[in-house]
Amino acid sequence: MKKIVALTLAMTLAAGLFLTGCAMDENSGNAGSAGGAQSNSSGGKKGDRVVNVCSWGEYIDTDLIDQFEEETGIKVNYQTAESNEALYSLLKNGGANYDVIVPSDYMISQLIEEDMLAELNYDNIPNFSLIDDRFKNLSYDPDNKYTVPYTWGTLGIIYNSTMVDEEITSWSAMFDEKYAGDVLLIGNSRDALAMGLYYLGYSVNTTDEKEIREAYQLIADAAAKGVYQGKVMDEIFQKMEGGNAAVSTYYAGDYLTMLENNEDLRYVVPEEGSNWFVDAMCVLKDAQNKEEAEEWINFITSTEASLANMDYIWYASPNKEALEQYPDYYKDTYGEELDQELYEIMAAPQEVLDRCEAYLVLPAETRTLYNDLWIQLGVG
Amino acid sequence: MKNKLSLFAVPYVIWMALLVVAPIVMVVIYAFTTADGGFSLSNFARMGTYAVIFTRSFKLALIATAICLLVGYPVAYAMAKEGPGFQRIASVLIMLPMWVNFLLRTYAWMSILEKNGLLNQLFSAMGLFDLINSVFGTNIQYFKMIGTSGAVVLGMVYNYLPFMILPIYSVIIKLDNSLLEAARDLGANSAGVFRKVILPLSLPGVLSGITMVFVPSVSTFAISRLLGGGTQMMLGDLIEQQFLGGAYNPHLGSAIALVMMVIVVVCMWVMNHFGEGEEQAVML
Repeated sequence: MKKIVALTLAMTLAAGLFLTGCAMDENSGNAGSAGGAQSNSSGGKKGDRVVNVCSWGEYIDTDLIDQFEEETGIKVNYQTAESNEALYSLLKNGGANYDVIVPSDYMISQLIEEDMLAELNYDNIPNFSLIDDRFKNLSYDPDNKYTVPYTWGTLGIIYNSTMVDEEITSWSAMFDEKYAGDVLLIGNSRDALAMGLYYLGYSVNTTDEKEIREAYQLIADAAAKGVYQGKVMDEIFQKMEGGNAAVSTYYAGDYLTMLENNEDLRYVVPEEGSNWFVDAMCVLKDAQNKEEAEEWINFITSTEASLANMDYIWYASPNKEALEQYPDYYKDTYGEELDQELYEIMAAPQEVLDRCEAYLVLPAETRTLYNDLWIQLGVG
Repeated sequence: MKNKLSLFAVPYVIWMALLVVAPIVMVVIYAFTTADGGFSLSNFARMGTYAVIFTRSFKLALIATAICLLVGYPVAYAMAKEGPGFQRIASVLIMLPMWVNFLLRTYAWMSILEKNGLLNQLFSAMGLFDLINSVFGTNIQYFKMIGTSGAVVLGMVYNYLPFMILPIYSVIIKLDNSLLEAARDLGANSAGVFRKVILPLSLPGVLSGITMVFVPSVSTFAISRLLGGGTQMMLGDLIEQQFLGGAYNPHLGSAIALVMMVIVVVCMWVMNHFGEGEEQAVML
């Protein structure tokens, strides 16, 4: 009896505790087995050219992968990570052997700071010239030595026009008692505190503890009054589409996906400004297939691939031609006009971007502060 | 014979060493070091900040375990008393939900408990809210279920109930019927038979049931996030945040995990000790 209990105890403990660990191992395991499969099948002519890509879920038109493999004979091991932070811990644990990753701006600057990215050879990426100048030399990579942008978009407020009797234009809606119990707080500390910082008119990249605490207080007070139904990430789709919540903060591309299932939803980039983010492709310093990686980046950046991708994932491409051609592409593909309003939500016009600010990496002590505040909010 | 057995045990020993012992050793090492690699107790010094989360986790897990026991024991008992056909069907029905991934089942609970979820729609179609409002003069449109600690407990009970029923059932089913007959012969009524014979003899099943429900409940993280709406943060969530959250700090995460493990082991040890005492008393 004692043994059985001890055993089950050990097993369940291990299972519970190492669930996250297992998830990571699984990923790297996949990488290993995929690599193995590749070297078996490539016994023929082309040698074993392969590229390991790690991106986000539902973030590529998978036909492009087949097309690339056909055109170049390079095998693509395509994997996904859950978030920038999860990707970072995968890289730190050394369990992953990716060549190309697609982190967001603030994570890129952190990776550059920690010397984990390789400088790219732009001669191998001629399509880089197609990228709109607005997306070159951005603050996370000021000399544009490490990155080629993949997608960009804005963070904003999504609300249900049947549950809200006004047109929301300000972040104040996220703290308004009027919507108590109907507001969803975004489930990551950076975006959540950003709402407060924008509302108070501070920079989202501030390291001033007083300002950050002030923004936190705003959210904590609203939480104490029962404004928030919960902290959510992917659950937001089900909650907003099903009319279970009225107001939330999320990304433009995902709003367009939700809109397909509930046409009462509206999206706004608040007047106080918001975050505009860029996810960019970069190559890791210890990548074993740097050439193939650059070939992949070049392929994805092409106008054709960008158009297909944009159509599939609803996130705007930084490719200038693709951006301009997309309305026509849409018409050709679906036989109807693309709603200009939707297009501008996906690819925010410059006057919207002008009031937005990109995230930069925060120093370690500020990150710890964010995390501590965030956990206190959970205690609620 | 002895040699043969130990040879068969080799895969199991390797398995345990690699997947149980080695990770625990790593957790201990991480817990006592900092990012720069030096020995430090600073991770444990921060534990006080999280006292609320510790208390909440243990409280909710205890409630869930108690409910599982109260619901699970009668079910297991009733099942064991029925014919073999019924038992087969009942155990399949109990295990059937476990064939579906628990995350999917928890998502299903989300859409049941939502503000516009199945339950609230059902209540409103039944006119329950109108009735309440007219009787109490309130203005209720829906019951708030998701995002409460009740929803988290419900999720844990739902997910872990089979782990309570099955061990108890497997102990009761093996009870020697002649013991019950003997108790009857000696003049015990049904309550007496249950209290003096069945209950003490089924205690091992109860204890392993409690263990198998309590331990995963304490460390759960997906249930509290999905059903608690992120407002009912528990130890599992806290640990997950240290590994996959904004402030990447596996050292602090390991320290929290270690403290949790130690508390759980102490709880279990005390309980088993107490349980063994009971068993011996019965034997005597």
